[in-house]
Amino acid sequence: MPKFEYAPAPESRAIVTIEKSYGLFIDGAFTRPKATFPTVNPADETVLAEVSQAGPKDVDKAVAAARRAYEGVWGRMSGAERGKYLFRIARILQERAREFAVLETLDNGKPIKETRDVDVPVAAAHFFYHAGWADKLEYAGLSASGADVPRPHGVVGQVIPWNFPLLMLAWKIAPALATGNTVVLKPAETTPLSALLFAEVCQQAELPAGVVNIITGDGRTGQALVEHPDVDKIAFTGSTDVGKAIARSIAGTSKKATLELGGKAANIVFDDAPLDQAVEGIVNGIFFNQGQVCCAGSRLLVQENVHDQVVAKLKRRLGTLRVGDPMDKNSDLGAINSRAQLDRITSLVEAGVAEGAERWSPECTLPTKGYWFPPTVLTGVSQTHRVATEEIFGPVLSVLTFRTPQEAVAKANNSAYGLSAGVWTEKGSRILWMADQLKAGVVWANTFNRFDPTSPFGGYKESGYGREGGRHGLEAYVTTAPSTLTGAAR
Amino acid sequence: MVTVSTTTHTAQDLTAQARDVLGVSRLTNHALTSWLHGLPGVDQVGCEARAASLGTRSVKTTSKAWAIDTAIGMIDLTTLEGSDTVGKVRSLCAKALVPDPLDPTTPRPAAICVYGDMVATAKAALGDSGIHVAAVATAFPSGRASMPVKLADTRDAVEAGADEIDMVIDRGAFLAGDYLTVFNQIAEVKQACGTAHLKVIMETGELVTYDNVRRASYLSMLAGGDFIKTSTGKVQPAATLPVTLIMLEAVRDWRDLTGSQVGVKPAGGIKTTKDAIKYLVMVSEIAGDDWLTPEWFRFGASSLLNDLILQRQKLATGAYSGADYVTID
Repeated sequence: MPKFEYAPAPESRAIVTIEKSYGLFIDGAFTRPKATFPTVNPADETVLAEVSQAGPKDVDKAVAAARRAYEGVWGRMSGAERGKYLFRIARILQERAREFAVLETLDNGKPIKETRDVDVPVAAAHFFYHAGWADKLEYAGLSASGADVPRPHGVVGQVIPWNFPLLMLAWKIAPALATGNTVVLKPAETTPLSALLFAEVCQQAELPAGVVNIITGDGRTGQALVEHPDVDKIAFTGSTDVGKAIARSIAGTSKKATLELGGKAANIVFDDAPLDQAVEGIVNGIFFNQGQVCCAGSRLLVQENVHDQVVAKLKRRLGTLRVGDPMDKNSDLGAINSRAQLDRITSLVEAGVAEGAERWSPECTLPTKGYWFPPTVLTGVSQTHRVATEEIFGPVLSVLTFRTPQEAVAKANNSAYGLSAGVWTEKGSRILWMADQLKAGVVWANTFNRFDPTSPFGGYKESGYGREGGRHGLEAYVTTAPSTLTGAAR
Repeated sequence: MVTVSTTTHTAQDLTAQARDVLGVSRLTNHALTSWLHGLPGVDQVGCEARAASLGTRSVKTTSKAWAIDTAIGMIDLTTLEGSDTVGKVRSLCAKALVPDPLDPTTPRPAAICVYGDMVATAKAALGDSGIHVAAVATAFPSGRASMPVKLADTRDAVEAGADEIDMVIDRGAFLAGDYLTVFNQIAEVKQACGTAHLKVIMETGELVTYDNVRRASYLSMLAGGDFIKTSTGKVQPAATLPVTLIMLEAVRDWRDLTGSQVGVKPAGGIKTTKDAIKYLVMVSEIAGDDWLTPEWFRFGASSLLNDLILQRQKLATGAYSGADYVTID
C-alpha cells in the first residue's frame, strides 16, 4: 500500500537575528544587559539568548519614562496623530511577519503554522483595528451624552503570559496607545524575545520615546510594576492565582485593573451537531497551541447517545495529528512551553487516571530533547474529578457526557471559571438559548477558538473581569474623571 | 494497470442490499429520505476551514516527486467537446501513451475519458496498453432524457469496449426529493454496465449545499456506484476541495458501515500541480492512504497533465522549461 509521507519542510531561522543578550527597552532605547537569565527553545532546550532581570530601580525608570511621555507627548497628541503611529506599527508587523513568526516559534515552542497563520496576523489586525478607533473615541459611547469626553488613565502597567507572547502584547498595547495611555509592559519570563523585537518595531515606527517600555524579568519584576505607585492602571493576563494576588495588592489604591485569567471551557456537542466539523472544533479547541490557551475547550461535554461515535471519530482524527519540530511547516502540535508546565500537565493527567479516567493518546514519536506531551484524551471523566475542574493548560481533553440541554448547561456552569464555551448543534434556537444560559464571556456556536479584534473577550467568575477587544475593550483604558493634564488634546 | 472487479449487479440485487443497509423491508422514497436526512449535517464554515487548512500542508522534495507521479497515474485524461474528432481522440491517446517524450519514466494516466461514440477509436488507439477507456453516458451532461435512452447510451459505450462508464444523476429528481428515482436510475445503469466500472457524477455545482453533496454521495454508493464523481466539467463550480472533502468522508464512513470501498473522482477545474497535491493530501488525511491509488482516486482533467509534467521536469533538472517543451496532446 502506498503511503503519503511528507518530507521535512523546515522554515528557515535565518530570517531573524537573535542577539546574545538583551537589555531593557526604556525611554526609546535599550539598556546595557545586566543580571541576565537565559531564555530557551522548549523544542530542544537550547539557550536562545540571555535577557535582563529588571529590578525595582529599572521599573522606576520605565514608569518615569512612561509618565514623561504621557505628560509631554502622547497624552497631548490628537487621536488622528496617534492613529498614524498605530497604523505604522501594524504595517511593520505585517512586513516583518516571517521574522516574528520564526522568533515566536523558537521561543515559545508552538508550531510555525500557528505563528504564521494566527499569532502574527491577528496581532497586526489588533493594531489596525485600534488605529481606527484612535480618532473616534468621542463617538464610541464610552461616556454619557453631555458628560466629559473620555480620556486616558495615564501610565498603564501590563503583564502578559507566555502562551501567545506577541498576540497578548498586541491585545494590551494597541488599545492602550489608541486611547492615549503610555505603557510599561512585562512579557513572560520564558517568552521575552518577540516583545524585545517589538521594541525594535517601536523604534522603526519612530514612536516617541517612553510611550512603550518593555521590561523583562520574572514574577518579582511583575510585582514591582503592579505595586508601583505611579502606575494608574494594571492589565494582566495569566493565572488566576497571580490575578488574585494583583487584585489584593492594588486594593485600596486608585489603580484600575482588568484581569484575564484561567478557564475550563465546556465544548458542548449535541446529537444533532455537524459531527465531522464538531470533531474539528474539538481538536482546534484543545490542541491548538498544545492546549495552552486560557479559553481552550478542555472539557468535552458530549450528548450520551453520540458519545461513542464522537469519541471514535475524534480518535481517528487524532491519528493524523503531526507532533514534532515546531519549525516544520507540517507540524500540528509543537512543544510545551517549559519544564514546569510539562510537570504540571503530567501530574494532573496522572491524578486523572488515579481518579478513574481512561487515558488514550494516538501513536506518536516524541522528540527526545525538549518538553513534549502527546495529545491526550481522558474518557470516563466525572464532574468530581480534578481533570474536570482544574485548568490543565496542556493538550489534554476531558470527556464527559450529558443527557439534556439543561444538564449540559448545569455541568458547563459548574466551574469556578467562566471564560468561554462552545455549542455544537444544527438547531439555531438552541444555540441562542444555550448562549443565554452559559456563564461564559465568549460562547462559540459551531466553531471554537476564533479571535477577532472587533469582538470583546473576557471572563466571568474566576476567569477575571474587564473585556479586551471591540468597543468594550476600549472602556478599560479610558476614564471620565477630570484630567490632571493641562492643555491636553481631545 | 488498473484492476476492475468482474461482478455484475442486477438492479434487484442492489435494491436488496439497500434494504439491508437501511434496515427496511421495502425500499420506498420515504425510507430513503429518512435515511439520507438522518445523516449528520455539514457546517459550511467548518468544512471550508478544514479544507483550507489541509491546503497549507507543505509538500516538498521526495514527497513532491512521489505526489506528482501518483497524480499523473490517477488522471482520466479527458476530451468532452462537440468538436471532438477521430483525429483529436487519437492524438489524446498518443499523449496518454507517451506523456513526456523527453522522459520515458513518466507514468501514464489511468484512463482516457471520451463521449460514447469515440470509445472504439480510443480503444483501438490504446490497444493493450492497460490504459482504460472511460465513456460519459446517460445523456451527459444534463441527464435530461428518458431512461431507455440513458440505458441505450450506456450499453452502446460498453459494447464499444468502454472499461468505465461516467453517468450523471438526475439532479432535478434529486432536488425535488425524489431519491427513489435517482436510486433506481443508478442501479439500472449499474446493471447495464456489466463488468464496466460505474462512476456516478453528482454535478455538485447544481446540488449547491454540502448537505446535498453528502446525501447524494450516500445515495450513489447505496445504488451501486463504484466511484462518486463531482462534476461534468460543464457547470461552474466544478470540483472544489470542500466538496471533495465531504465525498472523502462519505466513502470513508461508507466502508466502516458496509465494508465496501468506493472511489472518488473530482473533475473539472483542477489545472495545477499545486491543486493536485492539495487533493492528494486530503485523500491521505481524510479517507486514508488506502485510497491513494488509481483504483480508488482519479482526477478528471485535461490541462493538469502538462503542468504535472512541467513540475516533474523541474524536479529532475532543477530548471523550469516552459510550455513549449511539453507536448500539447
